[in-house]
Amino acid sequence: MYQILKTQKLADNIYSFVVKARRVAAKCLPGQFVIVRSDADAERIPLTICDYCREEGTITLVFQVVGAGTLRLSKMSEGNFMCDVAGPLGCASELCNTDIEKLKKMNILFVAGGVGTAPVFPQVKWLSNNGVDCDVIIGAKTKDLVILENEIRNYARNLYVTTDDGSYGSKGLVTNTLEDLVKNKGKKYDLCVAIGPMIMMKFVCLTTKALSIPTTVSLNPIMVDGTGMCGACRVTVDNKVKFACVDGPEFDGHLVDFDECMKRAQIYKTEEGRAYLREKEGDTHHGGCSYCGGEH
Amino acid sequence: MDMKKQVPICEQDPKVRAKNFDEVCLGYTKEQAIAEATRCLECKNPLCVMGCPVSVPIPEFISKVKTGDFMDAFKIISECNTLPAICGRVCPQESQCEKKCVRGIKGESIAIGKLERFVADYAMEIGMRRPHSHEKNGKKVAVIGSGPSGLACAGDLVKYGYDVTIFEALHEAGGVLVYGIPEFRLPKEDVVKKEIAMLLHMGVKIETNTIIGKSVTIDQLFDEEGFDAVFIGSGAGLPKFMGIKGENANGVFSANEYLTRSNLMKAFDENSLTPIMRAKKVAVVGGGNVAMDAARTALRLGAETHIIYRRSEKELPARAEEVHHAKEEGVIFDILTNPTEILTDDDGWVKGIRCVKMELTEPDESGRRRPQKIEGSDFTIDVDMVIMSLGTSPNPLIASTTNGLDTNERQCIVADSISGHTSREGVFAGGDAVTGAATVILAMSAGRSAAVGIHDYLSSKERNS
Repeated sequence: MYQILKTQKLADNIYSFVVKARRVAAKCLPGQFVIVRSDADAERIPLTICDYCREEGTITLVFQVVGAGTLRLSKMSEGNFMCDVAGPLGCASELCNTDIEKLKKMNILFVAGGVGTAPVFPQVKWLSNNGVDCDVIIGAKTKDLVILENEIRNYARNLYVTTDDGSYGSKGLVTNTLEDLVKNKGKKYDLCVAIGPMIMMKFVCLTTKALSIPTTVSLNPIMVDGTGMCGACRVTVDNKVKFACVDGPEFDGHLVDFDECMKRAQIYKTEEGRAYLREKEGDTHHGGCSYCGGEH
Repeated sequence: MDMKKQVPICEQDPKVRAKNFDEVCLGYTKEQAIAEATRCLECKNPLCVMGCPVSVPIPEFISKVKTGDFMDAFKIISECNTLPAICGRVCPQESQCEKKCVRGIKGESIAIGKLERFVADYAMEIGMRRPHSHEKNGKKVAVIGSGPSGLACAGDLVKYGYDVTIFEALHEAGGVLVYGIPEFRLPKEDVVKKEIAMLLHMGVKIETNTIIGKSVTIDQLFDEEGFDAVFIGSGAGLPKFMGIKGENANGVFSANEYLTRSNLMKAFDENSLTPIMRAKKVAVVGGGNVAMDAARTALRLGAETHIIYRRSEKELPARAEEVHHAKEEGVIFDILTNPTEILTDDDGWVKGIRCVKMELTEPDESGRRRPQKIEGSDFTIDVDMVIMSLGTSPNPLIASTTNGLDTNERQCIVADSISGHTSREGVFAGGDAVTGAATVILAMSAGRSAAVGIHDYLSSKERNS
């Protein structure tokens, strides 16, 4: 069992939990993830490791409520125990395997979208702790959904915030800011790391391809075990089938078949929707929609 | 009573069981077990024992069943078999012990598997614990994976007096017994969990959610956690795909994924938080036991289910009993058929599977007649889901994170066929991780044999120090 030491609501439907997970905290590196279950009946959910403390044996998990599993997780409080935290899974960010001196000579840009800001944070922090500067763009729908801004500001050289509705920072999409920086502000980047919704990553990649900036993305497809066993997370990269859980989650964004990724993300949408309603409405769920099998 | 025939066993009616996940075979009653045991000739030179990978003294336990001394029978089986309730259910007895049975020459062999199952279930029901009187020898052994080989290895090591910890990557112990084999063949609560509880009772520790190679490495187990030896029983978990067009479409699953959702995550239950796709018509590609399990699961979830297999029925690698059960329940077998493409609709969902008819030619290196496609025989089966059950290979995670651990070209760990010792000192391996996908009993046998290997290794190390 894994105790939740601290919970925090970062934004509407976005939560941060500090969890005691000794083995994960001892080994994890930026870019890796864990699979959690809130309780013995829950589904297995892959979650990014947003931060970790080796001394305390803790990790920080940030998640958005998107289905029944994350809804149930969000209702847990400080002191509660999560049934399972397995990891660290996936490969560490390629940055962690790159020579630090080489990194110091590079201009690196992170593009974080929505809850995708959470996996960007540990990479920015890791670089900064190793004396490497980087720029970060955070994009969100609206001001209230911008998360981890101050945390990232502590470690980034420049931080640019953009919102779809212009309620905070500049108005527009992350790709607008990216183009503006390169085309109008004279910025040159040797590497872009984009993490966020699939559609955002797709368009960032189209933009960076045109600008000839090598781009890494982190994929979060459907998965069950997270160790290469189920194959649910298969993605096509450079026309080859890869398993995001063991070959990724990071891939060369210019080679990823995003359209296939987006289609595959829809597989359980209906079932998840039904489970979400059951979970949210509990005993008050009366069926009647003739879809969900609610029999009460 | 016709001594040439087995005492028939009760099974759920095929029409009824095709709609539920309860166990198909209901097992012998005491009277039936005694009657079946009475058929045993108690051969002086028992060939059945030679057919058993773990050499259970079969005539001896059966003679105890004859006289109704079921607990004594259980003690005899337990000497050799750590998981009798499981083996009695899933061992391919027809090609092992029962194949060699002398009774089988002029009639039906003794139902050895069914009797083993009866004895193990009886012992569980009356809550009998396996005898365990062993002194701790102060040495620690890590067992990686809690499937059949790991459980068997751990069960023997703890008897030798070792402090044994099993590391399991998933949240529940049991490996393929919990994620792969369905409830209707191997009940989880009543059989698997009880067998594992028996090991815990004997002193084995299990640490779940620990992925060796990720959470901790084998080197760390030796250097930082004080283990004296390691057994790798991590199985063969990586699914294979065909590499045909449309294979990443929505609605194409590996049998591993489909079965894990249903078995481990209980997605067959509508109230489960884990989703599973419920299709109208399903094609399962492959002819092994896993393909039968996937097909029978899909059938129970309401689909018309087809097995697509490229050779003829005679070559089906699945156990005869599984094929028989699948047919009884209504699974349709499209044999001598091979998929060439998965057809999708505009949104990326499966709408059909394109196949060719095959014919058998001369035998290939496996001794089976090689299938060859019949030109111009292409046709389409309209399906909305495809399950790929083409076999599995070992996960490279452990080998790639352990220094000096040799693997072969199939990613299998190279290990001594008797002791299980690998190229790395103190590291042993057995089961599917070494052989590639095989059976529960062979994995168990390798686990037990490696336990002896580990015991010999650590004893001689102590003598020489």
